[in-house]
Amino acid sequence: MNAPAYNFAYLDEQTKRMIRRAILKAIAIPGYQVPFASREMPMPYGWGTGGVQVTAAILGPQDVLKVIDQGSDDTTNAISIRKFFAKTAGVGTTTATDQATVIQTRHRIPEAALHENQVLVYQVPIPEPLRFLEPRETETRRMHALAEYGLMHVKLYEDIARFGHIATAYAYPVKVNARYVMDPSPTPKFDNPKMDNCPALQLFGAGREKRIYAIPPYTQVVSLDFEDHPFEPYRFNAPCALCGAENSYLDEIVTDDRGSRMFVCSDTDYCEGRQAAGHHGALSAAPYKDKAQGDANG
Amino acid sequence: MYVAVKGGERAIENAHRLLADARRGDQSVPELSLDQISEQLGLAVDRVMSEGSLYDRELAALAIKQARGDLIEAIFLARAFRATLPRFGASEPVDTGAMRVRRRVSATFKDIPGGQILGPTFDYTHRLLDPSLAEGFVPEAPATSEASTAPTPRVTDILGRDGLIESSPQAEEGATIGDLTREPLNFPADRDLRLQNLARGDEGFLLAMGYSTQRGYGRNHPFVGEIRFGEVEVEFVGEDVGFAVPLGAIELTECQMVNQFKGSATEAPCFTRGYGLAFGQSERKTMSMALVDRALRARELGEEALAPAQDEEFVLSHSDNVQATGFVEHLKLPHYVDFQSELGLLRKLRKEFAEASLEADASDGMKEAAE
Amino acid sequence: MTTIAELPPGFADKVLSAQSTFRSVMDAMARPGSVQRIVPMAGTAGSMMRGTAAIALTLFDHDTPLWLDARMSESSDVLKWLKFHTGAPVVQDTSIASFALISHGDALPPLERFALGTNEYPDRSTTVIIQVDSLDSGRSFELRGPGIDGVATLQASIKPSDLFVCLRRNETLFPRGIDLVLVADDAVVAIPRTTRIVNKGG
Repeated sequence: MNAPAYNFAYLDEQTKRMIRRAILKAIAIPGYQVPFASREMPMPYGWGTGGVQVTAAILGPQDVLKVIDQGSDDTTNAISIRKFFAKTAGVGTTTATDQATVIQTRHRIPEAALHENQVLVYQVPIPEPLRFLEPRETETRRMHALAEYGLMHVKLYEDIARFGHIATAYAYPVKVNARYVMDPSPTPKFDNPKMDNCPALQLFGAGREKRIYAIPPYTQVVSLDFEDHPFEPYRFNAPCALCGAENSYLDEIVTDDRGSRMFVCSDTDYCEGRQAAGHHGALSAAPYKDKAQGDANG
Repeated sequence: MYVAVKGGERAIENAHRLLADARRGDQSVPELSLDQISEQLGLAVDRVMSEGSLYDRELAALAIKQARGDLIEAIFLARAFRATLPRFGASEPVDTGAMRVRRRVSATFKDIPGGQILGPTFDYTHRLLDPSLAEGFVPEAPATSEASTAPTPRVTDILGRDGLIESSPQAEEGATIGDLTREPLNFPADRDLRLQNLARGDEGFLLAMGYSTQRGYGRNHPFVGEIRFGEVEVEFVGEDVGFAVPLGAIELTECQMVNQFKGSATEAPCFTRGYGLAFGQSERKTMSMALVDRALRARELGEEALAPAQDEEFVLSHSDNVQATGFVEHLKLPHYVDFQSELGLLRKLRKEFAEASLEADASDGMKEAAE
Repeated sequence: MTTIAELPPGFADKVLSAQSTFRSVMDAMARPGSVQRIVPMAGTAGSMMRGTAAIALTLFDHDTPLWLDARMSESSDVLKWLKFHTGAPVVQDTSIASFALISHGDALPPLERFALGTNEYPDRSTTVIIQVDSLDSGRSFELRGPGIDGVATLQASIKPSDLFVCLRRNETLFPRGIDLVLVADDAVVAIPRTTRIVNKGG
């Protein structure tokens, strides 16, 4: 039988070269979606194949990798992807944001400020911010070419007319370096301001849609809005029940069938770090134990 | 007191162990061998090879076994393996005219040179469940005769000799052959890429698209010029070798549709073509593919293109079942944080709506009181 | 005549050397003006610097048409080395090149002759790799743009001396344009099309 044999970080070198060239172009044209010949990966399309290909193309043995899904290192898909790279590239993994050199994420940007020696790799399902207004690639490509973004403003304004607010809560469109309108991936709009002038390089991979795009470090990223309806990040108004944080994005946890709720940090590393530093919330379990069981190398 | 959910890694491992157990089923029942799958579920193997773009019966059988008979999952396994293989180049075009034909039918002519050959087909079987197949069935030996040495020219070539059908488009000398697994698809796509997309496309999707053209959504008056199934030789010219080296034989099904004629003041009318090709015996797939290929040529042939099957971007963007199943199924992944953001917005809008209603009621009440 | 056996070697470890080189180039592109070092060593041919050779091994292949300046294209050692180690097709037409290798800036053709991409596909442009005398001494330049925290300063000895003046065309072309990679021995600086450069003299 044609038994499979796999390369370092899974991808063959020809594929890595192709992805690496696309990454360089993406960095040179901030916010522009570079088409690339996305490969069939050993996990399904829609489950992070774009992010996985970008990570596989940049990752080296010196890297320390963190993978989060919904802000957490211990969600099943994050574990699965972290294990994939621990196995195929033998890299060190971590759950600590500040110790990672490469962070692959789905749906969140870590709460801790990123630094210059980090690359944040986003998994993107639909890279085209105009797709919900215009399903045709030929049309949206023309709109980007002409920087013709009136339709997007019309859509946002229609929301205001109907609901009194811009009714986009996640995947909130941004303009990068005053040129390209870009989809930030389905992160909550709470995270949008973190993309602006960020010291870390941000790379976006959309496997099924075959696109790679980037925000270089220290690049202007502005959430679309109107003078009379400025962009507002949303956060549930409560401290984290575990660490008491007042400025982190919160998960809502349903605790019984009588309407009880609790709110805790979605960024588990941030929350654990605060608890370890002695911060407490109303419902914290102290001392915090069973830490980071999901870490493949831990 | 609350402790965040942990232990996902163990949960995954346990789920996979459970899957392995469920895949094997009752262990008192003998295990399926790959030969059994390849020999007795041959059409499933053909489909996995076609849509998996990987001609390897043994690996396709393994994929089917591993996927518990879920063919889209098996196609995915074949594709993921294929993606790791080095690409040495493209074979020489195969000559389906020289096919060692096992089955060959034409709906356009009663008799054709080389004859109509029914071969192994479900056609004309009565679809009655056959209890004798349940166990221990030994089929009668097939009827045999001396293999015919008569050539079996393609029906479209016969029509082509009289100029009754447009000639097959010829690639330019030295033109590179597109490969959508190596270059992302752009629109409008050239026909080589379109045919590659359709050949890898989901049989059910193409069937529905082809069917829709028959029901008036982009009719193209198809006749099955010919369907043939059999073996062809594959040859490869290595850059360093300089001559064609035979790689072996593969089984193919080819469908050539003869469609709606075209013509103009300057061009004599002639029939047009739709083309389908797949690994193994895959008639439904190749016929559907041929219908859709012809539908997608609408613009090129100066026809109005209003129906879904004629919409290149729509068809080619949604034909791939590995992409489609991944994205549909990804909805079961956690979406807590984006849902939470949406929930927050919805609560805010509802609160404002309720407040506005209260105010409206209050001012109505005041109005009434004033009247 | 050089036989294949006599060709200078490629990377000792293809996979990890390419990864390391790529990260240097990626960091250079992401932080314009910053000087990145290429660590892995490979053989070089003709007038090719070791940084250039490593970049070629990392990014070139059958899918990347390559344009060479006269000094490179007239050297059979360079041609053989590139063909054997990368397989990149060498083209005469600058406007279809994915990459251009300039052994010395004096031989740089007008930048607008390279592929600039289209407004629909600005990525279909040439990345021009230019070998320069020095990336740590010479005239001072101030760089601004994405990837730069305020202002970056580059000291470099570059030919042609008006290179950055020519590059101002990028400003009016954006999103079309060309991206530059400057190499001096093992040092690399990238100037993507978004970078604006002011000559500070010196």
